[in-house]
Amino acid sequence: MKIYVSRDMASVALGADAVAQAFADAGREVIRTGSRGLFSIEPLVEVETAQGRIGYGPVGPGDVAAVLDGSHANRLGPVDQHPFFAGQQRFTFARCGVIDPVSLTEYAAQDGWKGLEAARAMTPQAVVDAVKASGLRGRGGAGFPTGIKWQTVLDAPAGDKYIVCNADEGDSGTFADRMLMEGDPYCLIEGMAIAAHAVGARHGYIYIRSEYPFAIATMRLAIDHAAHLIAPFTLEVREGAGAYVCGEETALLDSIEGKRGQVRAKPPLPALKGLFGQPTVINNVLSLAAVPFILAEGAEAYAAVGFGRSRGTMPVQLAGNVRHGGLYEIGFGITLGELVNDVGGGTASGRPVRAVQVGGPLGAYFPPSMFHLPFDYEAFAAAGGLIGHAGITVFDDSVDMAHMARFAMEFCAAESCGKCTPCRIGSTRGVEIVDRIMAARPSISRRHPDESQDPESRNARLDDAALDADFRQHDGKGGYLGKALYSRAPSRIDTSLDAQTTLLRDLCDTMKYGSLCALGGFTPYPVLSALDYFPEDFGAPAPLKEAAE
Amino acid sequence: MEEFIEGWTARHGATRDQLLPLLHAVQEEAGYVADAVVPVIARALNLSRADVHGVVTFYHDFRRTPAGRHVVKLCRAESCQARGGAAIEAAAAQRLGVAMGETRGDGAISLEPVYCLGLCAVGPNALVDGRPVARIDGAALDRIAAEVAA
Repeated sequence: MKIYVSRDMASVALGADAVAQAFADAGREVIRTGSRGLFSIEPLVEVETAQGRIGYGPVGPGDVAAVLDGSHANRLGPVDQHPFFAGQQRFTFARCGVIDPVSLTEYAAQDGWKGLEAARAMTPQAVVDAVKASGLRGRGGAGFPTGIKWQTVLDAPAGDKYIVCNADEGDSGTFADRMLMEGDPYCLIEGMAIAAHAVGARHGYIYIRSEYPFAIATMRLAIDHAAHLIAPFTLEVREGAGAYVCGEETALLDSIEGKRGQVRAKPPLPALKGLFGQPTVINNVLSLAAVPFILAEGAEAYAAVGFGRSRGTMPVQLAGNVRHGGLYEIGFGITLGELVNDVGGGTASGRPVRAVQVGGPLGAYFPPSMFHLPFDYEAFAAAGGLIGHAGITVFDDSVDMAHMARFAMEFCAAESCGKCTPCRIGSTRGVEIVDRIMAARPSISRRHPDESQDPESRNARLDDAALDADFRQHDGKGGYLGKALYSRAPSRIDTSLDAQTTLLRDLCDTMKYGSLCALGGFTPYPVLSALDYFPEDFGAPAPLKEAAE
Repeated sequence: MEEFIEGWTARHGATRDQLLPLLHAVQEEAGYVADAVVPVIARALNLSRADVHGVVTFYHDFRRTPAGRHVVKLCRAESCQARGGAAIEAAAAQRLGVAMGETRGDGAISLEPVYCLGLCAVGPNALVDGRPVARIDGAALDRIAAEVAA
């Protein structure tokens, strides 16, 4: 009777190591897998039976006996029939959470390398055509057609070409890249080997952020194990160093080259002049990991799922204050509300959902009135937002949206590479403006007059107190942004709410259209969406009730 | 340190693209990248000192001074904020006796911000000496404080 326990970083953070050890101490054979992707049932233990794998979770190290005799209160039944998993379309994450991630035998037994074998039997052009036909678009956020990118590199005459995997998954609320690299690393390796065959590259890099130590270790081990299967193509892992902007593709290339992670002006495109000046395919983890399925099962099978011009599946990540957070891979077209309420079960705190941020720190905040939006690149763009890397961060009604707008600017100021002025200077000016708005707006208690009757309100007040303390700490008297935030004499500034709000919109316009890359260019999304949908947090009248619901 | 760098470049090569891996290795070995090591690295990779200095100071990971004996990296990003991260940050600073971004006077602990560990459904999260910890609350902070004191 085999026991399966995840070794995913999130599972380990919740105590999975101690649980696995307890079963091993009881003399059981324990297989460490990736995570199934639902963290409200972690640490999850699966027991192999004649009826399939029976799940128990959450489970502690003291629960061994109750799990083994089947009497544990958190018995979930067959894991693949659990509602969270049964409704998914797992194309890319089919093996994640099921197999031992570094076992070549298990990978091969679960359809592994079928895509690479199929690709090697095809001409490079036929492989590129298949990726084009699948409709696969860049899963890192921009949504550029992957096949067209590959075609450009295939057509480029050059001796050296590179495959670079962007695994610098810095967006808060996203963890799909991490889960895949920890839970099914050979899938990514296979996708990169297919890309190498398609464009004629001999060497590839996987650039992983240093905040993901488990993913780095797993990928390095997997590359060692699989080297003979992908030869003559070779792969290596490069570790990031804590710079968010290196998730931008050209900054990432500079970082691999040993430079400051500064954004390059485009053109030239990386597809023509990328790493070390050579034609380079640079794709997100999820784009490359979708490719083995496309080659193994056919482009039509992938393209059959989806919505409009967004074909295939998206591994959506539910995060933040959400009851059932985790990874949910599903065809495009599911609505935001279905994801947050039906799949995610609303907030973890039990309070009403007030806002969700989609697509990481550069994504828009949407109120529940926008929950009809279908998950689709075009629909989100039309609504003034973006899908990004498909992370959804849920906030309950205790959130202060002016604080979140300030944080977006503060984050941009801290992470700007410094190359272009709108981002480097604009973000700092943005923090100052939001600070003035927060100082001029009516106090928090006046904005929530019903708070004193609410038994839950003490928690909300505690949070507000902490936010205010945070605000004071960074008020320019020694906070880490220092005096630069207050470089202009306050007496020279019209600090009225109206003037500052107009100024903030004007600044966002400059950043959006004047920045070199998405960091400065998209920071206005969270700021403007907070202003538009939650004006009451900026001291303006709340939108009409009809409009808000 | 010179010997270490010489040995490292002999094994991994001395091309410019090895600068980040080498800086990681130096920091792993010495705990930080001392200013005095910068010219040594520059010579080893045939770069200018300004080049190396520019890279060391660009990336948040590289320290120019030693960290505390224990390092707690607490997530400040949106998903952890949505789960009460700001209150936990204030409580952590008080419980551990050190401000965010600082090393305590006795050198026992550094409290550092990190922007996302990818554990976004189970925050607030931290890395305590490299070990991931989820759902940090008052009790978890007590355990971390005891670990640091030990």
